[in-house]
Amino acid sequence: MRGLLPLRRPEKAASRVKTVTLAHGGGGKATKDLIGEVFVRAFDNRWLAPLEDQARVELDSCRALGDRLAFTTDSYVVDPLIFPGGDIGKLAVCGTINDLAVGGAVPLHLACAVIIEEGVPIELLKRFADSMARTAAAAGVHIVTGDTKVVPKGACDKLFITTTGIGVIRRGLNLAAGNARPGDVVLVNGVLGDHGAAILAARGDLALQTPIESDCAALHGLIGVLLEAAPGLRLVRDATRGGLATLLNEVAAASRTAIEIDEASTPLREEVKGFCEILGLDPLYLANEGKIAAVVAPAEAAAALAALRAHPLGRDAVAIGTVSAGEPGRVTMRTLVGGRRIVDMLLGEQLPRIC
Amino acid sequence: MKYVDEFRDRGRARALIARIEALVGELQPTPQRPLRVMEVCGGHTHSIFRYGIEGLLPAALELVHGPGCPVCVLPMGRVDDCVAIAERPGVILATFGDAIRVPGSRKSLAQAKADGADVRIVYSPRDALALARAQPEREVVFFALGFETTMPSTALTVLEAERDGVRNFSVFCNHITIVPTIKAILDSPDQQLDGFLGPGHVSMVIGTAPYEFIARRYGKPLVVSGFEPLDVLQSLWMVLRQIAEGRAEVENQYARIVPRQGNAAALAAVMQVYELREFFEWRGLGSIDHSGIRIREAYARFDAERKFVLPNLRIADPKSCQCGEVLKGVIKPWQCKVFGGACTPETPLGALMVSSEGACAAYYRYGGLRKPLPA
Repeated sequence: MRGLLPLRRPEKAASRVKTVTLAHGGGGKATKDLIGEVFVRAFDNRWLAPLEDQARVELDSCRALGDRLAFTTDSYVVDPLIFPGGDIGKLAVCGTINDLAVGGAVPLHLACAVIIEEGVPIELLKRFADSMARTAAAAGVHIVTGDTKVVPKGACDKLFITTTGIGVIRRGLNLAAGNARPGDVVLVNGVLGDHGAAILAARGDLALQTPIESDCAALHGLIGVLLEAAPGLRLVRDATRGGLATLLNEVAAASRTAIEIDEASTPLREEVKGFCEILGLDPLYLANEGKIAAVVAPAEAAAALAALRAHPLGRDAVAIGTVSAGEPGRVTMRTLVGGRRIVDMLLGEQLPRIC
Repeated sequence: MKYVDEFRDRGRARALIARIEALVGELQPTPQRPLRVMEVCGGHTHSIFRYGIEGLLPAALELVHGPGCPVCVLPMGRVDDCVAIAERPGVILATFGDAIRVPGSRKSLAQAKADGADVRIVYSPRDALALARAQPEREVVFFALGFETTMPSTALTVLEAERDGVRNFSVFCNHITIVPTIKAILDSPDQQLDGFLGPGHVSMVIGTAPYEFIARRYGKPLVVSGFEPLDVLQSLWMVLRQIAEGRAEVENQYARIVPRQGNAAALAAVMQVYELREFFEWRGLGSIDHSGIRIREAYARFDAERKFVLPNLRIADPKSCQCGEVLKGVIKPWQCKVFGGACTPETPLGALMVSSEGACAAYYRYGGLRKPLPA
């Protein structure tokens, strides 16, 4: 009987297996096949191609860009894996690029470690790898090394991705949360809360349908034009988990200043406003994946705002608040009706109110 | 946003505040005895802090944040019972989100979840019923909380479960009713209240007649109020106007939502499924007669209290905790001995620190700015 079976070409073995099994995590041939078929194929670049245990990055190419290496890592465990406006792959690339970019770094290379729950369809993995590759290519970065692990059912939720990034910061540039000074202006590059609202809605347990899409985007280009327009830029932060409120609290605490924002200037999509009204959520605490707050000296504020607005990812940019010498670490909001309230850090999860 | 922004308009707010200031000036309260208006409902408390309304009002007009946060007044023993249900093998406990962090004497539902209990956050009792239908091998228990606002939806869900013969669904009923509690506060010798903002969504169900005794017997004005900042300001002005004119009546500022006679269909469902308990324990306020409801005998198989054996212990509030005095308006949240020290929203000791509708949590999060600020 053996002789009647057609010969299998080894490199095609993986494609006949529809889902990831523990064998794919064994470190043997199945692992190699999976990595080759899914990741190496998608990421394809000269640093990755030798498939050594590490990528080898030329120092000279870094030195030309600046005098410090920026180095960051982030894990992505988003549920659902695919959501309006993106998926876990796009998120994993954009998020780590943004963590580099808000430090003023030019992002260069990423590493990608995946933890896969057995039973995940390989086609789905391919989709995410392609999404990562597309996002990285559009951003001009390369995914140069990685790791793949498979765990038994229930040991993780379908797929976790960790991306680590390196970039280079140009000489003399030092963006930091502690740099905010009284009188500075706080800018944001557009509507807040889209990502958080899109994810909550996409989970499907709210029985709410919305057209809201995640704002997931790589922001290094936007931050680049901002730095050109406002060379004295104090700091940039991306308003991810915990939203704008948490970010501003971190800045106020680090710089020992007070920050006041104006509710009337807070940019919100109508759909996000409605979503928050119905669920009793505060959009200031909703996550964003494509929004920054930038703090600039008053003299540079107009130029910075104009530069943001001229960029496709900053068309709805506004000045949302000011830094003052008030109570250090305090963030307040001038409310629509003219009252003032404290805007605190997010405590725990943002839980919906019941009535 | 249409029908939202109009109720948050700064110019109109300013005009209302000017009217409020004029009336307060006319009434001449003293710093020792300011005018005190209680907003009964936690939704109002949330709005007042969310929009910084207190800071806009004259100092001689104090807002007392009342007991109308169902999560806050839930006694520890009931949380313990709920945790005990959640920890039973095979149970899925479905709860509204803000009940999950309420401390019990051993643990909160959030801690029980971390320890392996299957606790799910739902937005409606029907979501819990859907869980029961989807997983017939599991017992789904809905942690029913809230005043008359949420009572009808629980009742209708029980009726739906009965109609469809769903056997693995039950309700741990902690619904409470606000009117006996307002009466208890008015009967308390240390209360110093001049008027009330009446709850909006409760009144949408029960109408405005149940408050008449407050005006008639206790001579206090009550204005049923909406939840937007202009609603709250206008209602405050209406209360003050009654005081200034020597009237004590029930008025309805929230007429766009609240019909005088309430919602007959909702009330019918409530009457069909529930009956009054002789008494119910309120955190910080103690036992109040006829202030809680339970599921009638006819629907006993949907009643988690009958279905399971529960510890059913009465747990005294922590000694250091002054939630009761805050609820009656005797002290302000920040005057409590443990406020912001042993008791914070991250590690709440008293229930008022748990929910964003709780007076203490609201003060802690939003309220460091008590004094009016320069415009």
